[in-house]
Amino acid sequence: MNNPTTVERTSELELVVTRTFNGPAHIVFEAWTRPELLQRWWAPKSFGISFVSCEADVRTGGTYRFVFSHPAAEQPVAFFGRYIEVTPQSRIVWTNEEAADGPISTVTFEERDGKTLLVLRELYPSKQALDDAIASGSTGTSGAGEQFEQLDELLVTLVKP
Amino acid sequence: MVQLQRAHLDASFAALSDATRRGILERLGQADASITDLAGQFRMTLTGMKKHVGVLEQAGLVTTEKVGRVRTCKLGLRRLEEEAAWIERYRQLWDARFDALDQIVEELKLKKRVDGEKKEC
Repeated sequence: MNNPTTVERTSELELVVTRTFNGPAHIVFEAWTRPELLQRWWAPKSFGISFVSCEADVRTGGTYRFVFSHPAAEQPVAFFGRYIEVTPQSRIVWTNEEAADGPISTVTFEERDGKTLLVLRELYPSKQALDDAIASGSTGTSGAGEQFEQLDELLVTLVKP
Repeated sequence: MVQLQRAHLDASFAALSDATRRGILERLGQADASITDLAGQFRMTLTGMKKHVGVLEQAGLVTTEKVGRVRTCKLGLRRLEEEAAWIERYRQLWDARFDALDQIVEELKLKKRVDGEKKEC
């Protein structure tokens, strides 16, 4: 039985994701910071995403660049940014620079009784930026779903004279 | 979530199966309108028009807002519903990632244990 993942929009600017792992913080940190391990979990197969390349120099001031392919995308899509802070076993802060107004992401690892509580915060520069991200269905997935897009298209054809 | 989207689509297509309701969407595509305006244009009673708008609203194709005594109708999904759907999709993405991360954590734990035992020998 897997531990639950929660997501909450805690303010106009911020989304918070939480999950507990059945292992110590240094192991979760290792899986997050070694590119060859990160590659094995960051692009879930069930979402149809796969890595084309994965470069991550996980230390304060380092950069990352993830390139993904998705059957619905003609071209591979790149996500990139900088690590603002990397504190071993406890905290990583990075930028998301593939889009203007991307969030600052902060992940913290808190160990208790051999388990690790992971909290990921995504802080957007403005309410508009987060609203836009939600409206466009970004964040590397098809967002609210292709079905809504199909419905939108249908509405456009109905509404056009 | 898939269930929710399916139910949503069913409601949408049911709403679109009626010529008057398609006409209402077409009209709202040009400009927002009150129930009274729409009833007049489609030569219908207020009650009848309220029913049609209610079906479109249920399907999330139209939103309405009452200001004073006038209820204005406009095209579009309810924003909150859209946001909830997006957040659920986003949660599923992280949940899928973290399920895979769980496996790696288990592997690393096992590996450290084995390495530890080797050192002790």
